[in-house]
Amino acid sequence: MAHEVLDCRRLLCPMPVIRVQDRIAQLQPGDELQAVCTDPGVMQDIPAWCRINGHEVLEQKVEDDEYILTIRVQENT
Amino acid sequence: MQRKAVALISGGLDSLLAVRVMQEQGVYVEGINFFTGFCVEGHTHAIRKKDQKKPKRNNALWCAEQLGIKLHIIDIVEEYKDVVFNPQYGYGANLNPCLDCKIFMVKKAKEWMEAHDFDFIITGEVVGQRPKSQRKDTMPVVQKDSGIEDRLLRPLCAKNLPETLPEREGWVDREKLYDFSGRSRKPQMALAKEFGFEDYAQPAGGCCFLTDEQYSVKLQDLWKARGSKQYEMDDIMLLKVGRHIRPAPEYKLIISREEGEGKFLQGYRKQYPSLKTTSHPGPLCLIDGDFAEDQIEQAARIVARYSQGKNAPEVELEYRDTEGNIRPVKVAPLSPHELKKEWVV
Repeated sequence: MAHEVLDCRRLLCPMPVIRVQDRIAQLQPGDELQAVCTDPGVMQDIPAWCRINGHEVLEQKVEDDEYILTIRVQENT
Repeated sequence: MQRKAVALISGGLDSLLAVRVMQEQGVYVEGINFFTGFCVEGHTHAIRKKDQKKPKRNNALWCAEQLGIKLHIIDIVEEYKDVVFNPQYGYGANLNPCLDCKIFMVKKAKEWMEAHDFDFIITGEVVGQRPKSQRKDTMPVVQKDSGIEDRLLRPLCAKNLPETLPEREGWVDREKLYDFSGRSRKPQMALAKEFGFEDYAQPAGGCCFLTDEQYSVKLQDLWKARGSKQYEMDDIMLLKVGRHIRPAPEYKLIISREEGEGKFLQGYRKQYPSLKTTSHPGPLCLIDGDFAEDQIEQAARIVARYSQGKNAPEVELEYRDTEGNIRPVKVAPLSPHELKKEWVV
């Protein structure tokens, strides 16, 4: 299972969501993607996108003004 | 056979209702939300500290979640430039190319529809609601110029328009569509109530920065300074932030107005030279354009004017180039009468 880090620093929503969406489209079910962002809006928007599209948010945290979300890719239904 | 429609989702009430009307008729719907770079969706809220306590959400995602549909957010920033630079049908009151924008979005949605084997497109448009793109005479232009023709259904005002393919083929029942028209929001609000939607977005003045007069003035200033219509993503982001002051045609200052903006502008210090007051609390300023060495002092005097040292005889600042080289600058802050009105963009 792959674990990738996606740099979304300085991007404002919805760009981090688009980056996550486009990267997940390339990943396999079970892979994990960690998005590192600076726009606090991602804490709402990325989980909302994951709920809509059936992916799992494993963790969301704030570290040194960075908003970090870890997502597990699920089967595309 | 269940038919499939792709909906243009802006995040507003109309597209929310249009989708629900289709779902009520058993149509499978997925949404598309186009990101042009000019979308209002929360950017300035994300930047300005004073706005950060307000609850934020992306309304397009929120709508999709309420409706239980998938939403595809598509980055069209690069392709959209041509729409902004050369709108065939011209601009609206500001730099808003609304009709060309709608044609472009429907055309892109048509490509998506064909690639994903969907049957038709729906939008939340209402005849007579918008002065340029949602008029009885311009709505057919969207169908024709985008190439979608009669595979575009507007469920909220379909009864005011000619029959479309989904109606003719019996994929949807025309009798169960609506005949809304004009600028009143009352019918939509009543329908929202009927469907049980309460917490929907009510954007004032559209969802695009290009409809904003101040923003359009800043974009025109940028084009004039560069001698041609052009912009990059960073340009259009920075137009949303700070005070823009152009003391000379060749360069412009972008001065933060509060802490959140200062923090946001900090992220650009590798792309733009910057000034920051050090002797007094004050703003961060990016310098955009080509400027001569002796203009740094003038820029510093302007920045000092917006610091807490504005009444001090001297203010110290730090000038930083894009390589990170720093040197101090000492200046007398500009007095109010020296700050020319025409400099303020």
